[in-house]
Amino acid sequence: MRTTLSIVAISIQVTMVLTLVGLSAGMLDEQARRARGIGADIIIRPPSSSLLNFGLNMNADVIPKFINLQPHVAAATGVLVYPTGMLNYITGVDLSEFSKLNGGFRFVQGGPFQGADEMLVDSYYADQHKYHLGDAVTELNRPWRLTGIYQPGMLARQVIPLATLQDLTGSRGKVSVIYVKLDDPDKTGEMITSLAERLKDYKIFSMQEYTDLYSVNSVPMLREFTIVVIALGVLVGFLVVFLSMYTAVLERTREIGVLKALGASPGYILNILLRETTFLAVAGSLLGILLSYVTRFTINDVIHSSLIQTIVYKWWLIAAAIAIVGAMLGAIYPGLKAARQDAIEALAYE
Amino acid sequence: MSDAPIISIRDLRKTYHAGEVDVHALRGVDLDVERGEFVSIVGPSGSGKSTLFHIVGGLTPPTAGSIQLDGHDLLGLTDAQRTELRKTTVGFVFQKYNLLPTLTARDNIEIARHIAHKDGPPDPKFAEILKLLGLTSRLDHKPRALSGGEQQRVAIARAIVNHPAILLADEPTGNLDTENSTAVLELLRDLNQRLGQTILMITHNPEAAAYGHRTVRMRDGRIE
Repeated sequence: MRTTLSIVAISIQVTMVLTLVGLSAGMLDEQARRARGIGADIIIRPPSSSLLNFGLNMNADVIPKFINLQPHVAAATGVLVYPTGMLNYITGVDLSEFSKLNGGFRFVQGGPFQGADEMLVDSYYADQHKYHLGDAVTELNRPWRLTGIYQPGMLARQVIPLATLQDLTGSRGKVSVIYVKLDDPDKTGEMITSLAERLKDYKIFSMQEYTDLYSVNSVPMLREFTIVVIALGVLVGFLVVFLSMYTAVLERTREIGVLKALGASPGYILNILLRETTFLAVAGSLLGILLSYVTRFTINDVIHSSLIQTIVYKWWLIAAAIAIVGAMLGAIYPGLKAARQDAIEALAYE
Repeated sequence: MSDAPIISIRDLRKTYHAGEVDVHALRGVDLDVERGEFVSIVGPSGSGKSTLFHIVGGLTPPTAGSIQLDGHDLLGLTDAQRTELRKTTVGFVFQKYNLLPTLTARDNIEIARHIAHKDGPPDPKFAEILKLLGLTSRLDHKPRALSGGEQQRVAIARAIVNHPAILLADEPTGNLDTENSTAVLELLRDLNQRLGQTILMITHNPEAAAYGHRTVRMRDGRIE
């Protein structure tokens, strides 16, 4: 029973780490995938902006004044992004301009919005929230009529008319991101250099550079949060194994005395406990990996959270190593206590 | 084989410090045990027989005096050297059997070989001993499935599997009924007679003590 509980407790901390890492990777991969789905070659962000900070906007008139004047620019359009929750955004789009990039949204049901208070969502979002065409979707403290459901993997989960979002957020004439499509993608580097000369201080990326930025390091505090969760994992492993092994050593005092009488050295006794600890940590890690599939299923398919968790295989070993380190730290004191046990006292233990 | 005693004890003293009080458990013991001898040690509680047992078994060092055990001077041994001595030179049989409850009878015996780095198939002679002990059909049972007599026979097998120079038995029949006590004592006598196993046995029971070649009486930390 003690062994089972220890394995379960260790598995929970492994699952905790794998779920956090899986959520981070899942959300970032999804954002990068949606950015790639737009079909642009160059992305322009306002000066001083950062990857996930959409609070800063730029004047949309840089498109006609500078960008469209460059050679090789086949299409350029700006969108306004407004955050509605952690890693969730509503996006204002000029559909006619946007469709010039990559043909626009592929509709599963319905079609483009016609009025100012209409919304499009992707099928993932519609499925999660059980939305149907014609439903009223409340967002930004007002209802929107759902007129189209499109295939996921492009731009955003919720899309409304650009002008409406600009009006609602006091951002008339502003956009957060400008997507540029070239007639020759091989000219991307050359065009970025050319645009950078004209749009001083603006953040200009190729699509590859931009999607590469979707990493744990780009999200404020995510790395620190992950480190805190890992530290908690080590602490939980330490405490669980400490208590478990301490109890085991007390329970087995007489057995330890017997082994000593048979000639077992302190190292032999320590080795037995460390092997048992390794078993607990490895079994806990395996169970934790299995449980991370359960959390993935729960987050992706049961809870309507718009969160996405992936299985990050390279973290299996890291999470197991975290569990083993915590467990070994927890086994040191009970192990030394057992190894130093006086054989005569241990044999007399009732 | 040398004619020197396998155990030679002179003026052996052991003092325990219990808080601020010194307890003199042994106050100058002299004892010789010849190779192949079966010696019973009797005495009331507190007479020092258990302390003598622990010192001869290398479980605790003496305070003063000299003790030679199969050529080893126990007075100067470090903890590690005493551990080594327990692996190879002495075998213990306890009153409460002290088998490891999660292991089968076979594994309880095997672990003594493992600790002594004697992994591999046991020698054929040991199979004979198992037959002598009547354990052949009970080896795959865990202690809880064995009777007290069977458990003590497994403990005896464990104690002699590494062919120790001396078998130390501390009240080996203390937890057994008369029938099983007799069986265990006869086994010890058999081991002594057939294999020449030197045995030092502590007991309260005069009938049990009579199985030895001679009986040594202890009182107040001395041999009478």
